[in-house]
Formats: sequence, C-alpha cells, structure tokens
Amino acid sequence: MSLAIRLARNGAAGWLLPAAIIAGWEAAARAGLIPANVLPAPSAVAEAFWRLTLSGELIRNIGVSTLRALSGFAIGGSIGFVLGLANGLSTLSRGLTDTTLQMIRNIPHLALIPLVILWFGIDEEAKLFLVALGVFFPIYVNTLLGIQSVDPQLVEMGRVYGLDRRALFFRVILPGALPSIFVGLRYALGIMWLTLIVAETISASSGLGYMAMQAREFLLIDVVVLSILIYALLGKLADSLARLLERLSLGWHPAFQKG
Amino acid sequence: MPAAALTAARSLVATPAQARTIGSVEGRRAFAFKEVGKRFGDKIVLDGISLDVRAGQFLAVIGKSGCGKSTLLRLLAGLDRPTSGSLTFGAAEEGHSRTRFMFQEPRLLPWASVVKNVEIGLTGIAGGTDARQRALAMLDEVGLADRADEWPSVLSGGQKQRVALARALVGQPQILALDEPLGALDALTRIEMQQLLERIWLDQKFTAVLVTHDVGEAVALADRVVVIGAGRIALDLDVPVARPRRHGSAELAHIEGTILDHLFSRV
Repeated sequence: MSLAIRLARNGAAGWLLPAAIIAGWEAAARAGLIPANVLPAPSAVAEAFWRLTLSGELIRNIGVSTLRALSGFAIGGSIGFVLGLANGLSTLSRGLTDTTLQMIRNIPHLALIPLVILWFGIDEEAKLFLVALGVFFPIYVNTLLGIQSVDPQLVEMGRVYGLDRRALFFRVILPGALPSIFVGLRYALGIMWLTLIVAETISASSGLGYMAMQAREFLLIDVVVLSILIYALLGKLADSLARLLERLSLGWHPAFQKG
Repeated sequence: MPAAALTAARSLVATPAQARTIGSVEGRRAFAFKEVGKRFGDKIVLDGISLDVRAGQFLAVIGKSGCGKSTLLRLLAGLDRPTSGSLTFGAAEEGHSRTRFMFQEPRLLPWASVVKNVEIGLTGIAGGTDARQRALAMLDEVGLADRADEWPSVLSGGQKQRVALARALVGQPQILALDEPLGALDALTRIEMQQLLERIWLDQKFTAVLVTHDVGEAVALADRVVVIGAGRIALDLDVPVARPRRHGSAELAHIEGTILDHLFSRV
C-alpha cells in the first residue's frame, strides 16, 4: 500500500497541504521574498506563541474567547433546538412563530452590532447576544427540517404498533431528525467563531480578537498572524468534535458505516 | 352522522383467557364486517362489504389496483374508520396483541438493531430481557437469529421483510393483516417468503388476511379468496386444496383460472 493511501485512510492526508504551505512560507520568508512587516515567518509566529504562552496571556485570552463562544452557543443553540422541536411537532406553534423567525433570519446578525453596542455597551452581554443569535438559526432551521423530513411511514408504523407519544418521539422522530440536526450543529459552530471574532475585534477588553487588535496597534504582526492561526485551529477542533459525536450517534447511517 | 359503530373488544384490554387450541379455534369468529362502507369525500371506496371470517382462517383479498382492498385492510387494522356499517371482533385473548399490520414496505427503524426492531412488536406486552428473548426466538423462526445485532441497512429486501414479519408476529397477534408485503420482492425470494409465511401460520394459527394482486399467490396460500370489484365483494371462493400445496399444480391452476376469468369479464 502506498504512503498516500495509508495517510488518507487515517485522515492524516488533510494535514499534508497545510504543512507544505507552512514550509514554503518559511522558506520564502527566510529568502527575503516576503518582508517581515507584511507577513512574518512561521518561526517568528512560533516565537510569539511561545512568548505569549510563557506570559500566560495567550492561555487567558483563549480561555476567555472559548468561554464566550460556548456560552453563546449553549444559549442560542438550546433556544433554537427547542423552538425547532416545537415547530416541527406542533402546527400551532409553527403557525405562530415561524413567519416571525424567518423574517429575523434574513437580517445579517452582524448588522446588529451598532445596535447591540448601544444596548449592552462592550460588555460580555453584547458578545453573548451576537453569538447566540448567530448560532440560533442554523440549529433552528435544521432541527425543524429534520423533524419535518422524518419518514411518515415510520411514524405510522410506530402508531400501529402502539408506541405512545413519548416513545414515538424518542424512538422514531428524534433519531430520524438527528442527521439534519448535526448538519445544523456543524454549521452553527462555524458561525459561532465567526461572530465571536468580529464582536471581539470591534469591542472587547479581552479575548483573542482583542489580543489581535492590540497587536495591530503596536505593529506586532506575528501576534496578529498567531491569533488568526489559533482561530483556524479552534474552528477545526470544534468541527472535529462535532464529527466525532456525529459518528458515535449515527452509527446506523449507511454514510457512517465502514465498508 | 353516519353510524361508525365499532363494537366491543376494540381495545387490547384482555377478556378472560381462552384456550388457544386448534379445536376451539374452528368455527369461532375472528372478525366480521357488516355492510361496511367507506367514503373519502365524494369517492365511494367500499360500498357495503359484508364478510365473516372465522378464527385461524387464511383469507386472501384480490382486486385490481384502486378497488379498495387496501382500505379494507386499513379498516380491519383500525388505521381508518368506516363511514357506515360496523366491524366486530372476536374476544381478545390475554397476552396476545389483537391485530398486527404488515406493510408493503418493511418500515424498519434504520437506527435500531434488527432485534430492537422486532421488540417494537412487543410494545405494551413485554419489556426488558423478556422482550429480547421473545424477539430473538421469533428471529430464529424467520431464520435471522444470527443477524440480530446488525443494522437493517445491511439486510437484503427479503431479509428486511422477514424482520418485519417477525415484528408483526412476535406479539402473537390473533389477526395478521398483510398489505402486499411480498409485492416488491423478486420471484424466488417471494416463493420462499410464501412458504415461510405458511409454515408460521400453520404453527401459530392466527387469522391471516392477505391483500395481494397476485392471484397465484392468493390461491397458493389462502383457504378462501375474496375478489373485490367496484367497492363490493364480487366473488367469494373457498380453496379446498390440501397442504402442503405444490406450486403450479393443476388444481391450483384451475382455481386461479376461475378467479382470473372473473376479474377480467367484469368491471
């Protein structure tokens, strides 16, 4: 078996390209092709990483940002999930709220930043509100879609075999909606980081976005690049966790069965 | 207000247990339709069907598509209510589900293992390890005991339909309603399934009502064949052929011919 195939099998192949880019970047920077005040060499970024890790600044900012991201996600995600379930199961609830929600959905949530700053100032609430709002819609839309697309034949089968409402929900409807809910989850995780970066860049006194903006003030380009790279890694980490969860709970799905 | 009277024994509440031996089953009534009519809006689907079926009988219902045979079965299984007339059932027995329905499609839950799917048939009857034991025994009966812990998606069409049969029968129903369950299977798998169905029916002695468009299948399996045309019973015929029956025997072919003549000379 060739090396490429073996790497592809255990998922390492995805890291080949980023590694090659970093190697090329380092070489170009050392050769003087990229001026250090435009883009610092990866080794300079690594140095910044080490410096900030030793001072504790990096860990603190990552911690602050992660906490914000997860709290906002928990708030917006759970409201979206509950409303998605309610509107998927009850025509009354859908009739009452869906039109309103679809109208709000069409406002880009980042367009609310000026208003949010007026309401909440630059405190934690502003960031939580924006992340929660951003995360809400992908979870809501996909939960609703998932429930609506559960095979009605299976629901009828469940009724015929005497499953009560509770059993019908937990054994037929929720598992049937799960693949779609996971699509929403992964999409929401992307929105979560995006919103947080923007919110922290505009108004914050701590966190990764704040660290990057401070560094820009002092022309510390290595720290700016480091912040961006850390965002990329955190995003990837969140996505990987979601995929792992997806694989564990969707083992029955043909798409997740190993051949 | 049309009298949609569904008399007695509608629920699964058990009446005093009765011995379920073949002797006592003979002559006892499983269910009866009395002048049953069913309309969907202006369309009359069933128009005064009267049918008395004794317990343990294998009844086949034939008709062209759209003749109302599936509606008849849905009324029997309680999935729909008649617009007029009444439907009565024989006494329910303890520990048995009354009517089970087998659909055209297997309708297995893709996210539940094969044995868990069979356990659905024991909802409200048994739970826990008892349910699992009974489900495994039933899977053994349909020849799939070794696939118990697999996902339904890895099974073939015939195997899925066998799991669906196990799910329908695990609660030991008194009446099994089958809505063309073999329609989507290939010819050889179909014959295998017919033999399996006959064997289990002979063993468990439930009342079977098979809706089919395949006249050959009907005469191969049934004690009695009812032909539905234009919402009414057009022909009610006994199939007095001893079992085991041989596919393509002259006797069966003769009966099949009679039914086909009837189907195509009318309507």
